[in-house]
Amino acid sequence: MTEAATELLTTADGRPLKEALATAQSRAKRRAFLLVLPLLVFVLLTFLVPIGYMLKRSVEHDGFSRSSPTLTQWFKENPEFDHMNPPEQAYAALVTDLAEMQATKNTGMAGTRINYTVPGSISLFKKGAREAAAMQPPFKGAMLALDPAWGAPELWYAMESASSELTTDFYKVAADRKLTETGWERGDDKQRIYLYLFFKTFVVSAIITVICLLLAFPVAHLLAILPMAKSSLLMILVLLPFWTSLLVRTTAWIALLQEQGIVNDALVGLGILADDNRLTMMYNMTGTIVAMTHVLLPFMILPLYSVMKVIPPSYARAARSLGATSWTTFRRVYLPQTLPGIAAGSLLVFILAVGYYITPALVGGADGQLISNLISFHMTKSNWSMAAALAAMLLAAILALYWIYDQLIGVDRLKLG
Amino acid sequence: MALPTYASPLERVWYYTYLVICTLIFIFLIAPILIVIPLSFNAEPYFTFTEKMLTFDPAGYSLRWYDTLLTLGHPGSDTMRDEAWWSAVWERSTWVQAAKNSFWVGLWATILATFLGTVAALGLSRPEMPYRRLIMAILISPMIVPIIIIAVGMSFFFAQACVPPDSIWSTIFGPFLSEKGCLVNSHLGVIVAHAVLGIPFVIITVTATLSGFDQSLIRAAHSLGANPRTTFFKVVMPLILPGVISGALFAFVTSFDEVVAVLFIAGPDQQTIPRQMFNGIREAISPAILAVATLLVIISVALLTTVELLRRRSERLRGITPH
Repeated sequence: MTEAATELLTTADGRPLKEALATAQSRAKRRAFLLVLPLLVFVLLTFLVPIGYMLKRSVEHDGFSRSSPTLTQWFKENPEFDHMNPPEQAYAALVTDLAEMQATKNTGMAGTRINYTVPGSISLFKKGAREAAAMQPPFKGAMLALDPAWGAPELWYAMESASSELTTDFYKVAADRKLTETGWERGDDKQRIYLYLFFKTFVVSAIITVICLLLAFPVAHLLAILPMAKSSLLMILVLLPFWTSLLVRTTAWIALLQEQGIVNDALVGLGILADDNRLTMMYNMTGTIVAMTHVLLPFMILPLYSVMKVIPPSYARAARSLGATSWTTFRRVYLPQTLPGIAAGSLLVFILAVGYYITPALVGGADGQLISNLISFHMTKSNWSMAAALAAMLLAAILALYWIYDQLIGVDRLKLG
Repeated sequence: MALPTYASPLERVWYYTYLVICTLIFIFLIAPILIVIPLSFNAEPYFTFTEKMLTFDPAGYSLRWYDTLLTLGHPGSDTMRDEAWWSAVWERSTWVQAAKNSFWVGLWATILATFLGTVAALGLSRPEMPYRRLIMAILISPMIVPIIIIAVGMSFFFAQACVPPDSIWSTIFGPFLSEKGCLVNSHLGVIVAHAVLGIPFVIITVTATLSGFDQSLIRAAHSLGANPRTTFFKVVMPLILPGVISGALFAFVTSFDEVVAVLFIAGPDQQTIPRQMFNGIREAISPAILAVATLLVIISVALLTTVELLRRRSERLRGITPH
């Protein structure tokens, strides 16, 4: 078709074809988008906004700033003061605020905020607030006489930072940094509880992913090569756990693995184990790993199966006929073709394991707790900002993994059963 | 799979070892689920098989834990089981209340998720859909983001999401919200939370069904004179219905099994079965939990069967024959 001929093409009512097509396409686009819009708005309001709200909570805490206007004002006017030796005016402002806190009963709120970065501050604040109204100048001497801790530089760093409503303090604490005399520093190695728990969560998730892969591979392969009638029967055995309540499965594992449980009873009954020497498999890390492996195994089997099902068996036969041993055939011909399934299953299981809550909470005991359980712990203690900061860090890790999943496999290729 | 005739003895040994390994893995998958069924008939308050149970002595078995489910929180356990007794069970028994809550929350969450999800999936599977990948990633994310993060965010937000008292909003939504008019501690809050969690499942199943949908059928319907509405209800809907129903079942199961969001945003009036079980496992673990577990296993078997039958029907309709 020549250039001239294209330009002449028009629709029945005389509009240029190109323009009519563009209109029609943008209308189709709009229509498709309008179908998705209600759900998008719903998810925005009930999912994205709450998560945004949580992120806001992680950088915002007005417990101290709201109840100490005088000191906040003083910090603003004297940004360069000496933390080692704050002047009399600073103490005067502090005493004014403490007396006001006592009157309005806000001491707990303010003390709690400082307590996040300098442990032990709640009682310090309560004591200070009780005495503040009766104090006479010079306030510095009076406060230090009351408790020398009021002169600690880390306390002044903490109060200066808390005088602003917006803060990154919770992330610093969550990254195991500590306030010292000279400001924020890397914490003592023995007290790095948060980062250690993040690290532990990732290691445990990796272990579970590897166990799941080792267990899922033979099963998925068997399902893929069996004739349809047999494999759909066996598939039900994979799907039933998938459809069974998580709490049912966790309960079952408690019944099986606890000290007076079925596995121990059987081992004792068979004479393999002495009665006073029962294995501790529940309420510790072993319990968490076993129960989580069971819960997450179908998420590994299903993607592996859907990849293995479409691998033509003729490749393996060709390799064999060309002289490869069965091991070489597996390693050089079959395994590489299953890699997309391995990647999809492993990433999915790892992502789900990192954020797991219920199973560790119920069967983990003290030793088998993961990062989600710590977030929940801070929530129950009303340490909302701390919980939010930890949750935000976990969310960042999950989103990074999700992005990798989307790039490698594509979310639209996620399948269920 | 049969062994090829040229297999060496070593390969034969490996082949049978392989079958044994697979059998063991299947046992690992299924045994924990089946084991709760006999244990729930234990006559003793133990979580393991008693000697009487192992020797199949009828005295070792009883229905007492199922009875507990009816009578917990219901004072008259020894009275005559007449109509008044049963109506008291229906009104007061802790587990029955939990079951009712679970059912209603699950039902409304499913309706919400299925309706919104199906409509969105129809849009998402149109080739003209803009930003398809990004929107899909957002809509699937409730399945990927750890439930604890969702629950924390919702518990912050739902406590603030209140309607002003004596406003028009409070008249419309008031009955579904908490006493203070907030989403937290309300049935609506739990329903909304569960609907969000169920949406990814609906999107995945319905888009999967639509991906095998022959778009020329729509053009054929149009050319035969059907308007868009007739086309949708007479041509599209019957074909995607199996996918929609299995998506709905997934959404229902998600809600029916969900405990973390309930722990964080629900109040004492929204006790569900999973929450009751969670508390039961944490505090006093009694075989009554196993009785509930058995009932839930029966429900999941029924749901799984339904989904499998639907999947086969859908494959048959779309002309994908099992090979």
